[in-house]
Amino acid sequence: MTSSSPAAPRGRERRKRDSRVGDKIFMNAARGSGILLLVIMAAIAGFLTWRSGIALSKNEGNFLTTFEWTPDAPKPVFGIAVLAFGTIVSALIAMAIAVPVAIGIALFISHYAPRKIAQPFAYLVDLLAAVPSVVYGLWGALFLVPHLDGLTSWLNDYLGWTYIFDQSRAGTTPRNLFTVGILLAIMILPIITAVSREVFRQVPRMHEEAALALGATRWEMIRTAVLPFGRPGIISASMLGLGRALGETIAVAIVLSSNNVLSLHLLDPGGGTFAQNIALKFNEAQPFGRDALMASGLVLFVITLLVNGAARLIVARRKEYSGANA
Amino acid sequence: MAKRIDVSGLSAFYGTTKAIEDISMSIEPRSVTAFIGPSGCGKSTFLRTLNRMHEVIPGARVEGKVLLDDENLYGASVDPVAVRRSVGMVFQRPNPFPTMSIYDNVVAGLKLAGVRKKSLLDGVVEKSLQGANLWNEVKDRLNKPGAGLSGGQQQRLCIARAIAVEPQVLLMDEPCSALDPISTLAIEDLIGELKSQFTIVIVTHNMQQAARVSDRTAFFNLAGVGQPGKLVELDDTQRIFSNPSVQATEDYISGRFG
Repeated sequence: MTSSSPAAPRGRERRKRDSRVGDKIFMNAARGSGILLLVIMAAIAGFLTWRSGIALSKNEGNFLTTFEWTPDAPKPVFGIAVLAFGTIVSALIAMAIAVPVAIGIALFISHYAPRKIAQPFAYLVDLLAAVPSVVYGLWGALFLVPHLDGLTSWLNDYLGWTYIFDQSRAGTTPRNLFTVGILLAIMILPIITAVSREVFRQVPRMHEEAALALGATRWEMIRTAVLPFGRPGIISASMLGLGRALGETIAVAIVLSSNNVLSLHLLDPGGGTFAQNIALKFNEAQPFGRDALMASGLVLFVITLLVNGAARLIVARRKEYSGANA
Repeated sequence: MAKRIDVSGLSAFYGTTKAIEDISMSIEPRSVTAFIGPSGCGKSTFLRTLNRMHEVIPGARVEGKVLLDDENLYGASVDPVAVRRSVGMVFQRPNPFPTMSIYDNVVAGLKLAGVRKKSLLDGVVEKSLQGANLWNEVKDRLNKPGAGLSGGQQQRLCIARAIAVEPQVLLMDEPCSALDPISTLAIEDLIGELKSQFTIVIVTHNMQQAARVSDRTAFFNLAGVGQPGKLVELDDTQRIFSNPSVQATEDYISGRFG
């Protein structure tokens, strides 16, 4: 007893020191990863800004309002008007279609479907996320575009008065922003569904029972307890989807017939997006043309940052109602 | 608005497991009835059959009859949603809606029933919070989140939410088990006041509490693990705690088991 007692604290001390070394390694690894991330972000932003500066200083047109993209012409003129419009409009169409559908699917999986169906169904939706975007692009061009003729002319006939669904030339192939929006909606559906589903599953049973005990039907229970609780999650999920829709490259490049037309008639063929434009023009561009493309990339980068910041503000503003402290 | 409850031959199941068997009892209007018994004896399950909350669990079902005055809650044409509007419930853990303000929590049930008129809702909020002895503490912050209150205040908010729809019956499932003694006392006082308007049924693990708040006490027991719970006896609280007619009841309340 007397001989072992001095040894015991020493053993404990050694363990303590060991664990401190482990702590240190872990702390430094974590801190290093954090710093690395910031450095990468800063490097991307810095690089883009530097190369954009070179391009912008020699641009003969107005970068924000010019439609053309001819940086390698003797008199370089390029602007992002068409690209910004196409990117934002196609992403908005995608969101308008995908978010309600995704919430519906997520609720079906989490609250309506019997467990036996819910599991495979959730797996199926996740599989949609695993399809490469080039496959979506090919499917969009070879299947979606020919089959959207009917819908396009129907929209033109019955909703043409809204202006946006009016076709300048009836019967043109629907390789337009509207079709791109539908395709993007399908592509971002799985991520929004998966995140929303997990959030809906985490709604505490006691809040659902509180609503039911007050005489709520199942839909009323979802409206009073599930959706408000899941609101921050739905917003985050939508932002993930929006990020993908804004940045989608190859599928858009395959489906959209590219031209520098900015038209509020969404069913008119043509238009462009940032990512699609970069993908199409990068290979044939001169060094200066590449700098110009990077300037457009910088704008996309900024738009994405702004959108995410706005989403965070919305979530933070209602923080005390988030249910995180319940 | 308080109604009488008559239960006859009621059994409840989770899937194929029988949780409670053949329970019959009568509960008088404007009285407090306490359910006591060891864990797993089915007293909470039985409570939840009284407002058809039992069946929201997948695979759960009920056999038998529950009459509220003369209407069978398990009648073929009865909508469980309507039942829950007339039989309110307060849960073990305070569960105000975290995404709602104090005000919105109180009127949640009324809004579900389609009441939208602001003046009417304002009146109900004040009346219900006063009824739950919470008005003076929260009247200046009705638009603050309900989740920011203390545990005892949250539970009284849940009581206010339950009585705002003016139910016939108020069910309470161990309403004080997550609260400190002072909050518990506040709720017990409140129960004493509420029984002038409502038929109250309360499940409790605390026998002093049952003795303090209830007029009648029901003792539930189960023969063994995996066996369904049964009603052993229901009698005046005073009699149950002084001179019960069944030996098992006396063993339980005197602490000889359970």
